[in-house]
Amino acid sequence: MSESSNTPLKTTPLHGLHTRLGARMAEFGGYDMPIQYADGIMAEHNWTRTNAGLFDVSHMGPSFLLLPELGGCDEAHRKVSALVEKLVPSDIAGLAPGKVQLTVLLNENGGIIDDLMIGRPADPTRAGMLYIVVNAGTKENDFALIAKAAEGQAELRPADDRALIALQGPKAEEVIAGIFPEAVGLTFMNFVRLEDTDYGRVLITRCGYTGEDGFEMLIPAEHGEAFANRLLEDHRVQPSGLGARDSLRLEAGLCLYGHDLDTTKTPVAASLNWMISKTRRERGDFPGAQRILTELKDGVPSKRVGIKPLGRAPAREGTEVHNVNGEVIGVITSGGFGPTVNGPVAQGYVDTSYAKAGTPVKLLVRGKALDAEIASLPFVQARYKR
Amino acid sequence: MTTYYTNEHEWISVEGDVGTVGITKFAAEKLGDVVFVELPDAGKQVKKDADMAVVESVKAASDVYAPVNGEIVEGNAAIVDEPAKVNEDPEGAGWFVKIKLADKGQLTGLMDKAAYDAFCATQ
Repeated sequence: MSESSNTPLKTTPLHGLHTRLGARMAEFGGYDMPIQYADGIMAEHNWTRTNAGLFDVSHMGPSFLLLPELGGCDEAHRKVSALVEKLVPSDIAGLAPGKVQLTVLLNENGGIIDDLMIGRPADPTRAGMLYIVVNAGTKENDFALIAKAAEGQAELRPADDRALIALQGPKAEEVIAGIFPEAVGLTFMNFVRLEDTDYGRVLITRCGYTGEDGFEMLIPAEHGEAFANRLLEDHRVQPSGLGARDSLRLEAGLCLYGHDLDTTKTPVAASLNWMISKTRRERGDFPGAQRILTELKDGVPSKRVGIKPLGRAPAREGTEVHNVNGEVIGVITSGGFGPTVNGPVAQGYVDTSYAKAGTPVKLLVRGKALDAEIASLPFVQARYKR
Repeated sequence: MTTYYTNEHEWISVEGDVGTVGITKFAAEKLGDVVFVELPDAGKQVKKDADMAVVESVKAASDVYAPVNGEIVEGNAAIVDEPAKVNEDPEGAGWFVKIKLADKGQLTGLMDKAAYDAFCATQ
């Protein structure tokens, strides 16, 4: 008798669309997701860097943290920020209206529980609300953690029953300009709430996971497919799956939680020092602060770096990194082939003394020590609209 | 020249004592865009069903197994230089290696085209 539980996979509001387009589906974060469509990962990756790739990211965990009453500007914002600051090392209270911050949830050891986005509404009458988006695979735990931190003072309302649709690439702005003209005025890491659009209430953030300019849009579930279809009618748009999403973010030097980040890594080890705001360092009032402040002062034993194999063979997650003398100095946490770079790319952690770009290293692939070097991230320059 | 198929989606086309080996269209389709191929050196002894070569797509590495016992005569440099050739013509110009067969009797255990097509329908 089988021991395995066959819990049915969750589906996003765009599931029907994916199957109609003939997407190759697989499980990710508990959801049945499109890995690629008919043209394949390379084509989707390249299209996103030259035109506009459409990604269903509804599996992620968008949510709202709300005080019982909104409005009253700065005071309300400070109050709700203080709740979430119990868990993150960034200055949320100091966010400008409309601004979105990428940060991390930390445990008492300074280890990373998840990476997430936190946004302050642009509209002062909505102060006292934070828009929070966490990763799919960790969202249940993240929501519980945030709800507990907010206990009695604010309500965490998951919005993961909506469609979250990303449009990424140099043509994304032209495409969106025809549907949501207000979005054009947004700069990178800012968001706006639009009421009474053709697709109901929409939240649009100018951000993404590809290194390209683009938008992530939170749409009511019942309008998700119509909106996606509208975008797909545009000849500048092609659907893209999780396969291309991964190769794009890897080239962009962005982390994937559960691979490049986990609870054994602090933000300092992960080369994410910029997430630890100056004001928070001065106050030392975040989980694991003592350890993290010591690391900022004295350094860490190993750091996340880019790694470029010098041959054609990809080196994937779990590959041992050696110094030129054959001693183990690290491991690859994400690796594969970068279609834009037209070669293998990887990220991993190495002993800090080897972390400088250009340092020669060896990668143990199928029993052979292949030449590689430490590389600065990103492999492909970002093209955000600042 | 007769072509045989394995249940790991390799094909082998035999002429005399030498078999040309590659992966099938079915396998290439499933794999997606090939970005890297690693072939054994000429002279290497291979054993039926053991690892012989590696083929990688953007997402993952896959093993290619020897369909028969024998010795590698030649590896296809064209697919090492241009891995995309495997997707363009997996059952022709995208061949992987030529093997000198040690035991032609092993071919009777492999599938013919009809059997292989039927097998693919179950995959």
